[in-house]
Amino acid sequence: MLTHCKKGEGSAAIVGARLFTDNGLRRPRVFWGEKHHMRFRHFLGLLGAAAISLSLAAGASAEDKVVKIGAVFPMSGGAASIGVHVKAAFDVALDIVNNAHPELGNFPLAKNAGLAGLGGAKVEVVFADNQGSPATGQNQTLRLITEDKVVAVTGAYQSGITLTSSAIAEKYGIPYVNGESVAANLTERGFKWFFRTTPIASDFAKVFSEFLTDMKAAGGKTDTIALVHDNTEYGTSVANTITSTFKEKGLNVVLDVAYASNATDVQSQVLQLKEKKPDVVLMISYTSDAILFAKTMQAQDYKPGILLADDAGFSDPDFIKAVGKISQGVFNRSSFSVGPAGSPSAIIADMYKKKSGLDMDDTVARQMTGLFVLLDAIDRAGSTEPAKIQAALKATDLKPDQLMIGYKGVKFDDKGQNILASGGIIQLQDGENYVSVWPKATAEKTPVLPYKGW
Amino acid sequence: MNFFLVQVIVGGLLLGAVYALFSSGLTLVWGMMNIVNFAHGDFVMLGMYAAFVVFQLFGVGPAVGAPFAAVLLATVGVIVYFSLIRHIMKGPMLAQILGTFGLALLLRYSVFWWFGANFLSLPNNIVGGTYEFFGLRIEAARLLAGAVALLVTLGLHLLLTRTSLGSKMLAVAEDATAAQLMGIRPDSMQAIAWAIAAGATGLAGALIATFFYIVPTVGETLGIVAFVTVSLGGFGSVPGALVAGLLIGVIESVSGYLIGAVYKDIVVYALFIFFLWFRPQGLMGKA
Repeated sequence: MLTHCKKGEGSAAIVGARLFTDNGLRRPRVFWGEKHHMRFRHFLGLLGAAAISLSLAAGASAEDKVVKIGAVFPMSGGAASIGVHVKAAFDVALDIVNNAHPELGNFPLAKNAGLAGLGGAKVEVVFADNQGSPATGQNQTLRLITEDKVVAVTGAYQSGITLTSSAIAEKYGIPYVNGESVAANLTERGFKWFFRTTPIASDFAKVFSEFLTDMKAAGGKTDTIALVHDNTEYGTSVANTITSTFKEKGLNVVLDVAYASNATDVQSQVLQLKEKKPDVVLMISYTSDAILFAKTMQAQDYKPGILLADDAGFSDPDFIKAVGKISQGVFNRSSFSVGPAGSPSAIIADMYKKKSGLDMDDTVARQMTGLFVLLDAIDRAGSTEPAKIQAALKATDLKPDQLMIGYKGVKFDDKGQNILASGGIIQLQDGENYVSVWPKATAEKTPVLPYKGW
Repeated sequence: MNFFLVQVIVGGLLLGAVYALFSSGLTLVWGMMNIVNFAHGDFVMLGMYAAFVVFQLFGVGPAVGAPFAAVLLATVGVIVYFSLIRHIMKGPMLAQILGTFGLALLLRYSVFWWFGANFLSLPNNIVGGTYEFFGLRIEAARLLAGAVALLVTLGLHLLLTRTSLGSKMLAVAEDATAAQLMGIRPDSMQAIAWAIAAGATGLAGALIATFFYIVPTVGETLGIVAFVTVSLGGFGSVPGALVAGLLIGVIESVSGYLIGAVYKDIVVYALFIFFLWFRPQGLMGKA
């Protein structure tokens, strides 16, 4: 009750919204009567104040309106490089949204400056550091919502942190759009305020199994498969999903190598693989471990026939810079490809490169897509009221040509999952740049077997 | 015996030597002045960045990078001693812990600010590839680090037990007031101890950088191992850190190979606690 009253003093709009949500229904009877009367008068007074301030605001120019979005990402800790990349990417996204970019054609929110649906309001992203910890991610989300008064939240990269931080947004009734976390259970919690644009583990398990079946048809050996994954929410849940999908499709997982994330040494794991000789090694790792595995595989002279990676560490430009030359021929999943010159994806990748000095990778592209989808919804809602943004998100129906990424579109099901998310397989053929190799229809090059390494 | 197991044990010994290498500085600082340096892992990190910068500027490997890192970190050690350690030593234990912990964060995020959060790496095979003996594969970079670990341990041990400087340092460690009455300046001795400890740590960082990734938070990953190594070996004992490092390296590798990597830390730490139960002062520590 206390927090409820405090909130009311902060903003009349929020009180209005909340009176008709769960708080209003659960209010005990005791408060009816004189106390309730006073509360109502208090409410009227606030409403009046709000009306005055609104009319004052209307008098000011549109540029003064700012829509605040909270962004929870790892800005320090082992995954801090991801936070640095996403910060640069969001700066580019805000440039596109807040300034006029006619060169992007029909790309949503690009044509004019600011959000047209809110009278040209500018968007501001407030970053918070999750420090790679689920508990910190949760606290920071709470801070963004209660202190910074953000109207919506995006984040938080690591599936395990998205899990905790979105629970806070759900509790406060604030829309949460996730662009990159793939653990299946995130959209299985019956949440009403959680929306996810990225393809998830089960989508990619299917992509992997179809790809491996095609490779077998093309003469590759795929009889035995080893899964190598860390013990985080991401690593274990993706490994579980892949194991069950592969079983259904008749693919044979013979070895499951789990390790603790941020390992100091992975030699014994590489030797396990070397001894069991699986035809395919599927890696589910964050950047630090991915680099260590690549170095150790070279030191132990170990090359599987097919090395397939589940995005994450293997998509990090740092991975390519550090060990790309000794990881030639590694396959990876991706939804992003730069596309022809002049296309929105190519223009945005170029802007990102100017900003960060890095080539755009799949992770960053999916994160930006999440933000664009959220902003598009706020623009269509024409309001920063949480319920209206939520309704607009539910009504989202973006087409492939309105996206900077290779999804078949964005449309959410009842659980908040984008049902049109999809992706393909890319290969690091020259050790410097990934090229799309599967499915055939959109491939730039044909897949090269076996894994070359160094 | 299974051939792969032999390879695992050899790899574990080399890993253990590396653990010992970056732990010797920590145990020395403790032995000299009873200070637990929580910034130790970040000294290793600075050594790694020093080697990286040397490579970036001059295109040379650890032959130049390692001595440079050692000198640079020795200087940092002296500065840290006079600007921070000397003052917090007079305070309560908590001030010492928080002081070095604050230093750790300061170092980590200064590097973060200057170099960014990106993962860096020295070129692969900067130290001459991999040797093969009867099918056993030994990385030259790790072999070098292991050899240097032995030399550093031996050197520090001889310094403390066979030289007059070592005797003076130990005298200060035992009773600073009495040492002062004998004409030894505790300040200088402790500053020298910090210089040696930090220098050895910088050297370790530069060598580890030849086969590990470099990132501002790498000290977090390595720091914990150093603390376990030092407490198992006995706080203050340099040879103890070597034996403990080798032991932990082998146990970690073998249990990771036989039982699974997720469980290797359970094995290592369970054995560690079990051992401390019987010998709380560690393998070679003074009771």
